[in-house]
Amino acid sequence: MDSRSSKLDFPIFKHKPNLVYLDSAATSLKPKSVIDKQSEYYEKYSANVFRGIYSLSEKATEEYESTRKVVAEFINAQKPEEVIFTRSTTESINLVAYSLGRKIIGEGDEIVTTVMEHHSNFVTWQQLALENGATFKVIDITDDGFLDLSFSALDKIITKKTKILALTYVSNVLGTINPIKEIVEAAKAINPKLIVVVDAAQAVPHIKVDVQNLGCDFLAFSSHKMLGPTGVGVLWGKYEHLDQMFPFNYGGEMIQEVYIDRTVFKNPPLKFEAGTPHIAGVIALKEAVKYLQKFGIEKIKKHEEFLTLSLECSLADEFGKKIKILGPDISGFLDERGGILSFVFASYHPHDIAQILDEENICIRAGHHCTMPLHQRLKVIASARASFYIYNTIDDVSRLVKGLKKVAKLLG
Amino acid sequence: MNIYSEVILDHYRYPRNFGRIKNPSKKSVLFNPSCGDRIELDALFEKDKVKEIKFRAQGCAISQASASILTVQATGKLKEDLKKIDKDFMIKLLGIELGPNRIRCALLPLEALFKLITS
Repeated sequence: MDSRSSKLDFPIFKHKPNLVYLDSAATSLKPKSVIDKQSEYYEKYSANVFRGIYSLSEKATEEYESTRKVVAEFINAQKPEEVIFTRSTTESINLVAYSLGRKIIGEGDEIVTTVMEHHSNFVTWQQLALENGATFKVIDITDDGFLDLSFSALDKIITKKTKILALTYVSNVLGTINPIKEIVEAAKAINPKLIVVVDAAQAVPHIKVDVQNLGCDFLAFSSHKMLGPTGVGVLWGKYEHLDQMFPFNYGGEMIQEVYIDRTVFKNPPLKFEAGTPHIAGVIALKEAVKYLQKFGIEKIKKHEEFLTLSLECSLADEFGKKIKILGPDISGFLDERGGILSFVFASYHPHDIAQILDEENICIRAGHHCTMPLHQRLKVIASARASFYIYNTIDDVSRLVKGLKKVAKLLG
Repeated sequence: MNIYSEVILDHYRYPRNFGRIKNPSKKSVLFNPSCGDRIELDALFEKDKVKEIKFRAQGCAISQASASILTVQATGKLKEDLKKIDKDFMIKLLGIELGPNRIRCALLPLEALFKLITS
């Protein structure tokens, strides 16, 4: 299956044949199989999960639970019960901060994150530290866009007092793929009880993720960035932690027994899934995972490498020093670089760039991409970002470069 | 409709009244952190009349052009007349149709002017 033919699987290209969609890091497009699966639930077995003693509800429950199994296998979780469905990566991270962080973080403790985090994996921990009187520490980046993991740097930041380390797998701006396994090993060597929370929103859709191999404690990602519906997130956590944690929300579905004076909660994962979930979305996520598996996750990575490298070369050829690319130089670090390319183009404001490209049916992201601390670190106010996925082609790269030439011509 | 009209691009490339006034009667600074736009306005009043108004801005073409166009409009006007420049008038002055995301950029200089005259 090549990308030209994979475009046929995405109905949006039927409605907008000229679309050059380069904002998959914000949200991906959806294949027909995912859209159909979502409708299938509403058309054929639209009942609530877990409650009904009738076959319709049993069918819905079976489809819902089989997604849990498919997702667990996709990330190599030990068992499906380690997979919790949430609304988003953001909610997954907040769940850990609320249900575990609040309990284990006290005065004098430390929470460590990195300067390249999305706000959801930064502010959540910053606020927890502020509320509980803990110290909030931030791992810096090197000038070429990698996490500063020199031994002295890591040793200085992570100590025996560090209770939580929260970091991203792939930067949504720099494209840097962080060596999570090595970081977890180094950090846990300093403090074996340290909890590592990984934001894998930009990783799971694009590279092979194996939670057991990584050695982290929690890993969060979103359905909508991996061809699935919006409104569904995943939190994977080691069962031993999940079992000890507070519920996140109280309500239906998460309860075993309720008495006037006390309540017994269900075991994970249902303990964390109060209320009617986004049933259709979860069920359709299964089709998204199947689509990714059929395409081949290694093939996705190779395809994105090819496009990112082509774009980097074309930008250098066409604009030279007028364009500054943020993040590691792709040609030298293919394995450590995802399909995300952020750049600053002369003195043009990213909003002008995006708006002019929009007139050519090209969608890119412009702004600070929910990473204000990173942009402050890079000393740029905002940047433009192109991000690739399965359906992008080399033609999209050419169209973008052509569009940028128009930007330069218009803005002078 | 193309928002990068000849007028807008002309004001963006060759901004009028760009710079600083040495001893301004009033000045204001406005910052929009969501897109990084920043505008500074200096005005010199002679009695109630704008003798000179200058701006310095960092931001997109729309906000820069809007600042340039606004300062041209404001020069020589009475303070009272400046208060009459509202959003609709400003948009008419720019002569382009703006979506909800860009309207803020276009109106930032006007906000800075309000801040200046009410300070």
